[in-house]
Amino acid sequence: MARAETPALRQRLSNTAPERFLFDRSERACYTHLAHGTCFGGQLTDLAGKSVLLATGSQLTSGLALIELDGVARRITILPPDAAPEHFAALIAGAEIDAVVVDIGSVSEFYDIPLRVPVSVYISPTDSLPPASLPTEWVMLTSGTTGVPKMVAHTLAGLTASFAAKPLDPSVVWATFYDIRRYGGLQIFLRAVLGGTSLILSSADEPVADHLGRMAEQGVTHVLGTPTHWRRALMAPAIKKIAPRYVRLSGEIADQAVLDGLRAAFPQAGVSHAFASTEAGVAFEVSDGLAGFPAAYVDEVRDGVELKVDDGSLRIRSPRTASRYVGSDTPLADKDGFVDNGDMVERRGDRYVFTGRRGGIINIGGQKVHPEEIEAVINRHPQVRMSLVRGKRSPITGAVVVADVVLKSAGNDAEDVKGDILTLCRDTLPRHKVPAAISIVPALDVGASGKLARR
Amino acid sequence: MSIKLTIMEQMAQIAREHGKQLAPLSDDLVLLESGLDSLGFAVLVARLEDKLGVDPFTTSEDAMFPVTLGDFVKVYEHGAR
Repeated sequence: MARAETPALRQRLSNTAPERFLFDRSERACYTHLAHGTCFGGQLTDLAGKSVLLATGSQLTSGLALIELDGVARRITILPPDAAPEHFAALIAGAEIDAVVVDIGSVSEFYDIPLRVPVSVYISPTDSLPPASLPTEWVMLTSGTTGVPKMVAHTLAGLTASFAAKPLDPSVVWATFYDIRRYGGLQIFLRAVLGGTSLILSSADEPVADHLGRMAEQGVTHVLGTPTHWRRALMAPAIKKIAPRYVRLSGEIADQAVLDGLRAAFPQAGVSHAFASTEAGVAFEVSDGLAGFPAAYVDEVRDGVELKVDDGSLRIRSPRTASRYVGSDTPLADKDGFVDNGDMVERRGDRYVFTGRRGGIINIGGQKVHPEEIEAVINRHPQVRMSLVRGKRSPITGAVVVADVVLKSAGNDAEDVKGDILTLCRDTLPRHKVPAAISIVPALDVGASGKLARR
Repeated sequence: MSIKLTIMEQMAQIAREHGKQLAPLSDDLVLLESGLDSLGFAVLVARLEDKLGVDPFTTSEDAMFPVTLGDFVKVYEHGAR
C-alpha cells in the first residue's frame, strides 16, 4: 500500500530553520542535521518494512527514532517508560513485532525479537537513507487497563490533524512535562517537529527545578503537562524563572484551583485545558480559564469533532480517532463511530464538569487504576471478608487510592490488620496503587447484581 | 500534638513507606526538595485529613500552592481555625 499525501516526518525537516533542537537533560539533537543524517549508524535500512518495537530508555532517542522510522517501518509500537515487562511477550505477539530499537537505557535486551537495532543521540551524515514511502502505522499503548495494555493504531495524518493546518510561529519554544511516548506528549512532539520548533523534554528522575531551569535557559514559550505536573511545578520556586505565553493542561480533570494557580503564576499567558484520549484523540480545548467545558460544545460539530453525552458519559466522534486496536477484534467505537472512554460528566448551568470515570477507575496523576486489582490484593489477607477501593479527591494528584475493608470477625485488632494490609499492598503493588488510607467498616453496599456498589 | 509536629511526623512516616530519604525539616525547606514526590504529598494530604479532620486545599476557595514547609504548615494552621 502506498503512503497517502502526508509526507514522512523526516521530509518535513528539510524546511526547518537552523538551530532548532530537541533537548533533554544532557544532550540536544538538531533537526537540520537529522534531515540528512541518521542515529542508527548504517542500520536504518534493516528496519525497512518491519514491525518495530520502540523500546528505548530515553525520550530523546525515542523521538529521533520516530522521525527516522516514519515511512520506513511498516508499524511502530511505542513502549511507554512504565510498561510492565510481564506484558512484553503479549505485545510482541499482538503487534507482530519483528525488530526492536533499543538504547543504553532500555529495560530489557529483548533477545526473543529477531532483529535488535541500537539508536543513539549522535547524528551521522549519510546519503543512503531508505525511501520513506510506507503508510506507517503508529501504535500507542493505553494506560490503566487491567492486564495487557490495549494497542491503539493511529496514522500520522490522524495524530497531527488537530494542528497540521495551523500556521507555524518559528519563535515558539515548546516544553513538555508529559512523556512523548504517551498520547499527550506525542502530540507535542509531532507539533514541534512539524513546526520545526525546539522542544525541551524531561529526563528520567530529573528534579522539576532542573527541568524548569532548562526551560528558562531556552526561553520557553509554550509549556504542557497534566494538572498534577502543574501543581508540582507551582510548588517549585523555579517556576518564577519561566514566563511562557501559553500553558496547557490535559490528561486529568483540570480543577478551578490549578487553573487559578496558573493564571496567578503566568498573568501574561493563555491558559487552556484540553480533553483528549489515546483512542479518541484531541476532542476539544477550553481557554476561558474555567473548569469543565461549555454545554454548547455538545451536540454540535466543532473543528470536525462531535460530542454527545449518553448515559452520563462523554462520547466523541472525530476524524482524529484511532483506526483500530491492534491484535484484538474489540471495536474501538460504537456503530455510529462514537468513542466512549468512560469519562462521566454532569451538567451544571451552562457548563459540563467531569465527575470521574465509569466503573470506579481512579486517575492518579494521569495513571489510571482499576480498583479491582487493588481489592484482589487486599482480599488475600486472611482476616478480610471484602473490600472496596475508591478514589479520594486529592489537591495534588487529582485522586489518591483509599480502601474500605470489612473484616471476618470484629475481634481483630483493627490497627494491626490495617498495617498488615498496607504491607501486603506495598509488597505487591506499585506505589501509586497502595491505599493512602484504610478504613475498617462494618459492611459494604452490594448492588442487585451481586456486585459491589461503586458510586 | 501540634499541627506542625503532626505534619512532620506524617512526612517521616510516608518517606519511610515510600523508601525515600527525607531532608532535615525546617520552615524554609522547599517542599519539592524534601524527598517526597507528588504522590508522597497526595498521601500526606489524605492522611492529614484523617488526623486533623481538614483538607484546607480542597475546602478553600483560593488556589494554594505552598512552596516551603513553613507555607504548608500555615495552610493547615489557618484551615484548622
